Amino acid sequence: MGYNAANFDAMVLGFGMSRELFESLSWLPRPPLDFSHRCRLALDLSTDLGKRLQSLAGYALDENQLNRIAKVFAKARENGCSPAPLVPFRLGVLSNSTTDFIVPALIATAARHGVALECIGSDYGQVVQEALSPDSAVNRQKPDAVLIAVDYRGYPLNCAIGDAEAARATLEAALGQLQMIRSGIRTNGNAICIVQNLAPPVECLFGSLDKVVPGSLRGVIEELNRSIAESIRGTPDVLLDVAGLAATVGLAEWHSPEQWNMAKLPFSSTYLPLYADHVARTIAALRGKSRRCLIMDLDNTLWGGVIGDDGLEGIQLAQGDAAGEAYLSVQRYALALRERGVVLAVSSKNNDEVARSPFRKHPEMLLREEHIAVLQANWNDKATNIKAIAEELALGLDAMVFLDDNPVERGIVREFLPQVAVPELPADPALFVRTLSAAGYFEAVAFSNEDMRRAEVYQDNARRVALEKQFGDVDAYLASLQMVITFQPFDETGRARISQLINKSNQYNLTTRRYSEAEVAAAEHNPNCFTLQVRLADSFGDNGMISVVICRLTGQGVWEFDTWLMSCRVLGRRVENMVLQEVLSHCKRAGIRKLIGKYFPTERNHLSEVHYQKLGFTQVSREPNGTTVWELDVESAEVENAPMEIHRVGFDVAESAPA
Amino acid sequence: MEKTELYAKLNEVFHDVFDDEEIVVTPELTADDVAGWDSLKHIRLLLTLERTFKIKFSASEVNKLENVSELAGLIQRKL
Repeated sequence: MGYNAANFDAMVLGFGMSRELFESLSWLPRPPLDFSHRCRLALDLSTDLGKRLQSLAGYALDENQLNRIAKVFAKARENGCSPAPLVPFRLGVLSNSTTDFIVPALIATAARHGVALECIGSDYGQVVQEALSPDSAVNRQKPDAVLIAVDYRGYPLNCAIGDAEAARATLEAALGQLQMIRSGIRTNGNAICIVQNLAPPVECLFGSLDKVVPGSLRGVIEELNRSIAESIRGTPDVLLDVAGLAATVGLAEWHSPEQWNMAKLPFSSTYLPLYADHVARTIAALRGKSRRCLIMDLDNTLWGGVIGDDGLEGIQLAQGDAAGEAYLSVQRYALALRERGVVLAVSSKNNDEVARSPFRKHPEMLLREEHIAVLQANWNDKATNIKAIAEELALGLDAMVFLDDNPVERGIVREFLPQVAVPELPADPALFVRTLSAAGYFEAVAFSNEDMRRAEVYQDNARRVALEKQFGDVDAYLASLQMVITFQPFDETGRARISQLINKSNQYNLTTRRYSEAEVAAAEHNPNCFTLQVRLADSFGDNGMISVVICRLTGQGVWEFDTWLMSCRVLGRRVENMVLQEVLSHCKRAGIRKLIGKYFPTERNHLSEVHYQKLGFTQVSREPNGTTVWELDVESAEVENAPMEIHRVGFDVAESAPA
Repeated sequence: MEKTELYAKLNEVFHDVFDDEEIVVTPELTADDVAGWDSLKHIRLLLTLERTFKIKFSASEVNKLENVSELAGLIQRKL
């Protein structure tokens, strides 16, 4: 849906540099201010411990916050509390560095991915001994998997520079050491291995020549990483691409010589939450808990602009246009995900026909209806729609990812369907794909022929499913948004935007009358016109001007709504109720006894058809072309309230309405 | 940074690291005064301070610290 809280989003979520995305896990929502309190509470309330911990772990947490969750976990185990519905998993951790920091972070992060993790640590530097000895701590406790967290310092990689033969021997020795560890674990512990590859060090010997001369540390590590990947293929063991992770954040950021010297930390503690998430998503994938379906919003997510208002020609989706390219890259990524077996679906607040038109007719669209398993375009809340999609596809809600640029929609889905993964998105669509990819929702440990065929199994031309009962109490959520509505008569400052809305709005527009800026200016000064420009702000930011009203005096004590339009981005928040209340209060001051409203149907404004009916107007007439006329008695009108704070600006004192 | 402001921030960091909101950070405070201030927690404290104040400690600097007053002085010099 077409809402972009651009600057506010960027500020609040701390999206700035792209490194921030990985450092702070910016796809996750920020933790609440009372996070520590909630952790303590989770322990006191012994019920639903697993669910509580998973929800607490779902925030973007730093190391100390992860430790807090791990502490709750440990205490809960002492008390004998069950972590259900989290899936148990026992992980051995073998490392040549200290694991004291890694283990609590892993336990907390695993809860984010639905896993109750139990870790078996070992003394650092005892990797080979632990693996080979049948009665070592790790092997004795029958882990489900063993993480081999050995970095380049843990392999014998020093060799004579420039000697190709020695380089080959070094490579084989290192690989041999790893194979020995892996087979030891398999034989003695009957467990699979999660094998880390190696983040190359920052320091060079020659410079670029390191990649040419045999035997350089960087050269040997590059070869070793390739060999490790090959040795994984066809075995039950899985790879953890630490080299890729370190390259993504930057090697100079990843390696911290200070922290290695101080406490034998294998990488900068800044990236501990990120590392832990990568280990945890691998474990979740081993347990079959990866996500399988991507549900996408349309307006300002798959294309720029609002299809219902801007039309096929107006949406941004062209190559060569910066914004258009950004949205195309989202589509390209979605298609690539589909190729690897992720099911695609759509949930959009739109008319069904209008929503489908770009898929059918827009020449630049990469996604077509045949790529979308279910396409839900209606005006119901997205939680209800997502639930319907999950049921139609026979997939669990915990298999769903929901991509939407609108923070209010994201909030509603998180509130009502906490099992659905909903990434926070940066303001700039150019970073949507990076953010979605960084979140790692679709992590897999294998890729089969079945995966390749899955997309076709689900290929069924964007079917539409009927909705069951509306979801719980969306109003209560809306009340928490701290909405502030501002009423103001037309003025010079607002004139350009008023005129733009009058000429652009198609969907929530009762009469679709178009006026030039000069005509808008004339209405400002016309004593027979009552005008309103309406703004709405909420806890996510300022939505700007979202509604415009012009009433004309058409008879003794009668105002007719010449124009009433609203932006679809604030649909479902009962803004129209508040606008009517405001108009009614001005009616009383101006001695108006009756309001007349007309609905002129167009191709695009079906949405507005029930507008007056919902607001309690009485239908007076209906013409064959669908035009309806409505009236409301000012004195007896009753309008349902909406939870908003009201501000008024620019009304004359004499006619200003009471607060 | 003002001393009071610095100590207010230190208080927050200590509460965060030691998960104990009762701690009152004073210049005289030492590891012996805080339950659970072992070598592991000490490293966590230093790493959290590095992130909070956007500074870096070297091993030689932090080895010599006797109490919070010296720690605060070290941070102050780096800001």
